[in-house]
Amino acid sequence: MSVLVYTENWDGKFKKLSFELVSYAAGVAKLLNTTVAAVSIGRVEENELKKLGNYGAVKIISVNNDQLVSLDSQAYASVISEISVKEGASVIVFANNNTGKAVAPRVSVRLKAGVGSGVSRLPLNVDPFTVYKRTYSGNAFAHVIIKSAVKIITLAQNSFDLIETANNATIEILNISVDPSLLKTSVKDVQKQSGKIVLTDADIVVSGGRGMKSADNWSPLIELATLLGAATACSRPVSDEGWRPHDEHTGQTGKIIAPNLYIAVGISGATQHLAGISSSKYIVAINSDKDAPVFEAAQYGIVGDAMKVLPKLVAAVKEIKK
Amino acid sequence: MKILVCISNVPDTTTKIKFAGGNSSIDTTGVQWVINPWDELSLTRALELKDDAATGIKSVTVIHVGNAASEPTIRKALAIGADDGIRVNAESPDAWYVASQIAEVVKNDQFDIILCGIESSDYNGSVVGGMVAEFLGIPSVSAVSGINIENGQPVLTREIDGGKEIIALSAPFVAIVQKGIAKEPRIAAMRGIMMARSKPVKLIDPVAVEPLTLISVFEKPAPRTACKYIDADNAEQLIDLLQNEAKVI
Ligand SMILES: Cc1cc2nc3c(=O)[nH]c(=O)nc-3n(C[C@H](O)[C@H](O)[C@H](O)COP(=O)(O)OP(=O)(O)OC[C@H]3O[C@@H](n4cnc5c(N)ncnc54)[C@H](O)[C@@H]3O)c2cc1C
Ligand SMILES: Nc1ncnc2c1ncn2[C@@H]1O[C@H](COP(=O)(O)O)[C@@H](O)[C@H]1O
Repeated sequence: MSVLVYTENWDGKFKKLSFELVSYAAGVAKLLNTTVAAVSIGRVEENELKKLGNYGAVKIISVNNDQLVSLDSQAYASVISEISVKEGASVIVFANNNTGKAVAPRVSVRLKAGVGSGVSRLPLNVDPFTVYKRTYSGNAFAHVIIKSAVKIITLAQNSFDLIETANNATIEILNISVDPSLLKTSVKDVQKQSGKIVLTDADIVVSGGRGMKSADNWSPLIELATLLGAATACSRPVSDEGWRPHDEHTGQTGKIIAPNLYIAVGISGATQHLAGISSSKYIVAINSDKDAPVFEAAQYGIVGDAMKVLPKLVAAVKEIKK
Repeated sequence: MKILVCISNVPDTTTKIKFAGGNSSIDTTGVQWVINPWDELSLTRALELKDDAATGIKSVTVIHVGNAASEPTIRKALAIGADDGIRVNAESPDAWYVASQIAEVVKNDQFDIILCGIESSDYNGSVVGGMVAEFLGIPSVSAVSGINIENGQPVLTREIDGGKEIIALSAPFVAIVQKGIAKEPRIAAMRGIMMARSKPVKLIDPVAVEPLTLISVFEKPAPRTACKYIDADNAEQLIDLLQNEAKVI
């Protein structure tokens, strides 16, 4: 028995998310009196792999295979399932991100393993195995009992703190080849924006709504974001208007994020918007209407005109950066 | 080619969620049920593809696993323009059960493209689409924000961190769709609503499947602490609070 965790890498590097996952898996393993094995797919150097040990992985299994250069969910699921069986995994942990959502359900079918997705806490109970998951777009949480012998958890991003431990991990380089009949997708082109902070990774997000009035008014918001090392985001009408790019739209039908700090400027706080940001640790609302519902979700609020407030914030951040 | 659009039936997104039965299920009194927003968009895209003769898409079928109470949701999809509907007549206890039922239908009636949403807005599972594909042993692509048929060849756009990938593959496959797949959901016109009445909805009995998960209880999120207001004239104080009180910058 063991807990298996899939740790994705980005160009050979792990992110905070990867370490969150391993910390979480170590927590689950402790409840089950077992240990954590981490699986990495793709080319990752040994010193990078070793880092997974700092968060509690006892064994690190590295698969580097030309067939697995791009994410083909069918092929990834077959590899991860094969390793799970070999390791006798009773729990498999994925991130609840695009990759986890693509692969976990396929592993579920292969191993007849029930899935608890968008989980934000350690299991509430190990027998029956009960997880705590987000439902109704953050308006409720459910206790979900997973009845199958093997259980799959997809962990909500930024919901579990990193826990460092002493590193005594072993690295195993595993050669697995994938049945070519499982490789049916081919990536024809990749279009990447370089330099931009990825919204779902950002610790701080500064977001603008219709109260920003026009696309031309965004510069103080962007300046604040840049000074804070934050990503920029927006409400749906803003991206619909074309004031900001579509990939910045947060909410139920956009990106779901959980930064440490979300600053909502000129956003009314409609339930569909809050559905995408309500897991943020701190929410700041800046709105000219004191009755805007966004203040009910916020810990800090400023009632005022965004165009007057933003420059003050920019000046204050410059001051502390000195 | 034939498209199957999987639709789930969810409370309208502005519904104030309340629970019943000792918090074990949602209180459905007064709830307005709608097509899951993602599924409405994937239906829209499916119909756009069918409207374009060059794609070779001949029909768009919607499928829903649910009891008779969700019939109006299927009719709505037909009014928007789906050719026909399938309802697997069963409660939907969990994703494993639902995906098993959908896969069974596809085994008996070949579809080339199966569309699922990235998540149901009620359960937020994000799993049904991938499960259906694995049950059928066909490819699936998740986070799909675009679908086209170019010279008979399906081409998908997949969202990745900080960008997009263009993916080619052959039918049959499952596309798990998200924002971008269609601009605005198509709305039912009067004529569509009239026509929907006479469109066929096939009722199918479920196959016996044991669910793997069970919701024991729901709870509301912990209330947030009350908002602390900072005077707009002294807005810079916010930065001090974020740095020294919340410690997030
Ligand atoms: C099925 C469905 C899904 C949806 N999904 C999403 C989603 O994913 N994300 C999303 O964001 N929305 C979504 N919506 C839309 C949502 O219901 C709201 O319409 C939207 O969030 C409102 O955007 P907003 O707050 O920018 O604009 P408004 O609601 O117009 O709010 C603008 C705010 O700015 C304030 N304001 C005005 N002037 C100033 C000023 N000078 N300074 C400061 N404040 C000012 C106003 O007081 C107001 O509160 C969805 C809707 C539906 C039906
Ligand atoms: N009861 C259902 N009947 C048909 N399709 C469903 C059902 N439940 C979920 N789906 C499909 O699966 C997608 C993801 O749902 P979920 O995995 O529950 O978040 C939805 O967007 C639908 O396309």
